[in-house]
Amino acid sequence: MGIRFILMVNKQGQTRLAQYYEWLTLEERRALEGEIVRKCLARTEQQCSFVEHRNYKIVYRRYASLFFLVGVDNDENELAILEFIHLLVETMDRHFGNVCELDIMFHLEKAHFMLEEMVMNGCVVETSKSNILAPIQLMDKTS
Amino acid sequence: MNPFSSGTRLRDMIRAIRACKTAAEERAVVRKECAAIRAAINENDQDYRHRNLAKLMFIHMLGYPTHFGQMECLKLIASAGFPEKRIGYLGLMLLLDERQEVLMLVTNSLKQDLNHSNQYIVGLALCALGNICSAEMARDLAPEVERLLQFRDPNIRKKAALCSIRIVKKVPDLAENFINPAATLLREKHHGVLITGIQLCTDLCKVSPEALEYFRKKCTEGLVRTLKDVVNSPYAPEYDIAGITDPFLHIRLLKILRILGQGDADASDTMNDILAQVATKTESNKNAGNAILYECVETIMSIEDNGGLRVLAINILGRFLSNRDNNIRYVALNMLMKAITVDAQAVQRHRATILECVKDSDASIRKRALELVYLLVNESNVRPLTKDLIEYLEVSDQEFKGDLTAKICSIVEKFSPEKIWYIDQMLKVLTEAGNFVKDEVWHALIVVISNASDLHGYTVRALYRAFQTSAEQETLVRVAVWCIGEYGDMLVNNVGVLDIEDPIKTVTESNAVDVVEIAIKRHASDLTTKAMALIALVKLSSRFPSCSERIKDIIMHYKGSLVLELQQRSLEFNSIIEKHQNIRSTLVERMPVLDEATFSGRRAGSLPATVSTSNGASLNLPNGVAKHSAAPLVDLLDLSDDAPAPGSSGSDFLHDLLGVDLAPASTQPGISQAPKSGTDVLLDLLSIGTTNPVQSNSSALDILSPGQDNQKPIAALDVLSSPLASAQANSSVGASSMIDLLDGFAPSPLKHEDNGQVYPSIVAFESSNLRITFNFSKPPGNAQTTLIQATFKNLSSNAFTDFVFQAAVPKFLQLHLDPASRNTLPASDNGSVTQSLRVTNSQHGKKALVMRIRIAYKLNNKDMLEEGQINNFPQDL
Repeated sequence: MGIRFILMVNKQGQTRLAQYYEWLTLEERRALEGEIVRKCLARTEQQCSFVEHRNYKIVYRRYASLFFLVGVDNDENELAILEFIHLLVETMDRHFGNVCELDIMFHLEKAHFMLEEMVMNGCVVETSKSNILAPIQLMDKTS
Repeated sequence: MNPFSSGTRLRDMIRAIRACKTAAEERAVVRKECAAIRAAINENDQDYRHRNLAKLMFIHMLGYPTHFGQMECLKLIASAGFPEKRIGYLGLMLLLDERQEVLMLVTNSLKQDLNHSNQYIVGLALCALGNICSAEMARDLAPEVERLLQFRDPNIRKKAALCSIRIVKKVPDLAENFINPAATLLREKHHGVLITGIQLCTDLCKVSPEALEYFRKKCTEGLVRTLKDVVNSPYAPEYDIAGITDPFLHIRLLKILRILGQGDADASDTMNDILAQVATKTESNKNAGNAILYECVETIMSIEDNGGLRVLAINILGRFLSNRDNNIRYVALNMLMKAITVDAQAVQRHRATILECVKDSDASIRKRALELVYLLVNESNVRPLTKDLIEYLEVSDQEFKGDLTAKICSIVEKFSPEKIWYIDQMLKVLTEAGNFVKDEVWHALIVVISNASDLHGYTVRALYRAFQTSAEQETLVRVAVWCIGEYGDMLVNNVGVLDIEDPIKTVTESNAVDVVEIAIKRHASDLTTKAMALIALVKLSSRFPSCSERIKDIIMHYKGSLVLELQQRSLEFNSIIEKHQNIRSTLVERMPVLDEATFSGRRAGSLPATVSTSNGASLNLPNGVAKHSAAPLVDLLDLSDDAPAPGSSGSDFLHDLLGVDLAPASTQPGISQAPKSGTDVLLDLLSIGTTNPVQSNSSALDILSPGQDNQKPIAALDVLSSPLASAQANSSVGASSMIDLLDGFAPSPLKHEDNGQVYPSIVAFESSNLRITFNFSKPPGNAQTTLIQATFKNLSSNAFTDFVFQAAVPKFLQLHLDPASRNTLPASDNGSVTQSLRVTNSQHGKKALVMRIRIAYKLNNKDMLEEGQINNFPQDL
């Protein structure tokens, strides 16, 4: 319901982060990622950020070299999801400071923690950056 | 050592993987790492467990199997330290799913963690539970989660709320337990809890109608108040996005208001003010504002009617439509599709903008706009809309053409105001995108063309012109070939020119044949086209006798074709042209008008062919309209129809053709105008002997039994019968077979049993050369049936040869003809020929018998034909 999956993919098509909220086998995932990524990467700047794929929609946005793709149900508010993607990027930016693709790669588990605080079971939980980052900063402090 | 610095090892591994230049290298590196991890697992290595798990997660993300790490997750979860637990839970959520049985082992750990004193650990457990719990786990742990819904820490409360959502989804029965706690959540101040609380309520409403009722009654005002607070709240740096406080909360609130207000007038009333406020006050220059407006419009559209609000909503959509941002336009188009059901008028106002969107460069927008246009079409605007769409068809790109063509065709079919416009538009579409047109579409076109008899000339000329320019569109070629075959004479003689037509350079007969020749010789033509072209050539050979030789050559060319269909057709048609001149013209007469209503009915129902649709198969043969092939049956020549479409309308055509009461008019056989009444066809049927131009039994019979023309009298044409079945029986049985249109078995000899009633014999027909006498008797027990013995006497001084007697009866009678005793009648009454008939009168007692007869014979090697109607049957037969 709501969000089905969140992917971060770079321009060459390599997945940098993948979080699925519904179960798919490995082959299905790879096939899905391949298809979607090809579709999104092929689109130009002018075209709109929503792609219809099978029975759900993909909302995507490109930040520098990374594509953020969110797969949602058909009845979800697409503009809200666009906002959510932006919120995610801003949160990561606040934590890592000028976040880039390498940051996400080398601190994959932190990125996952952040995402987990924000989305649970396909629904947006928390939208306040300080609330999201509080437990993570706490963890960093103790370690 | 910091367990969280995955240390150089993870980083090294990632660096190594990034440095790989080929997929094979990457696989090798991953394999090495996996081996190392597996070794570490076997050794039960404590220190590096978390690091290994982190590496495993990375590898899993790349797509390699990692199930050997699952137990590691469990061990990590069970350990005491927070970091280990953290990564254990993360691994659990990434590497496992609810279907794995391993998950059951976690239940106990989860339960302990849910009761842990450290709230972060509780949070962790809730998170994990919320993401992947299965139904059994949900049932086990539901009471814990309920308790946590009232925990003091808001973070825990919000996580517990989301966890409950999953539980409720997995086990809907537990929904009742959560209703009350959920309602309390709605009164929270903390945004996180509020959002999740609202989510929970939304899902509860979806799952259980009692929850919906409860929330509707108790919580609507509270929610409205909350929304008002959020909208009017001052600047809050925590939740501010683009100047709006927490747009996500806005949207969630609007969503739940939508669910509560749908179908309920009171609830909708309470919301009106706040919705109006949101719709007017929200700034729309930022995406966040637009998102809120979008949700607001959706809500307004779904709740009960309020005129003012609806107008407001449609205005917002109009503004969205003209926005330059593609995203906004896409969203607006989506909304408009839903708005059409509610208020079609308002949407019509934006038609022009929507049409613009069909031509947009963005594929998603184009698709949406096209669907919207399709919904907008009605009788008044169909003409300009179609014009625009067809213009766009010319410039659209390939993937889109298929969709566009299908939509245009269905619009044209549904809403065409007049036939000529329909034909025009379809021709344009065929010229542009013929290859994308589906079969049933051009079949329908042919049906319409044949029905518009005054437009035949116009159509065939237009097709001729179109063929000159766009011969690469397969469907166009097919339709053109069919029309030229049927109406070629109109093309050449410029028949039926309409005022609006441009004058066309005179088309000679050989030009027309050229067209068909090009069609048949093209490499790109497929089997259907070539087959249709062959048939068209046969028709033209009859209509244009001057080109007969040339046509014969073309047909002969396919005598040796490797494709069975073409070879057979070529041979048969050649035989028709060479040997059977006399029947050729009747064979390839104009097709009768195809009945549109039955066609669309058939098409809609797609009924399978029944026995009586055997006509369809033969309907196919002379005219080559492949779709009419009734499935199995009567393929007289074992011609495998290449397109066995189901549900032929053949039987109904024949139905219509035959089911006409006899009219006095008679027409000469072989006249090539479309028959205006069933009788003409009736007589034509009779005149050829056994053949029916529509059915082309002749082709069958001629080929199989060349010397048997005119030797088989046609029996009654019964509406219900399957004439072809009989023809088939005929062809298989041979010379002395009887063609009984009712059933294919040989008739029993005439029974002369007297029923006790004696009927006077009558002189049925008398002319200068011939007298026919009828003797009547009735079989016992069947008052409706009459047995007639017909005696023919030759009154002239020369013998008759090739004597054929045929009879036809109206619908309420059934007629059975036995073969004649012989078919030469010696002169001057030196002998007579007898023939038995059996008539069944379904309206016995109400209507008397009546019959039309036709006699054909050769006198002094001259063909003679006599016709008459017998009205003087005794009344009570």
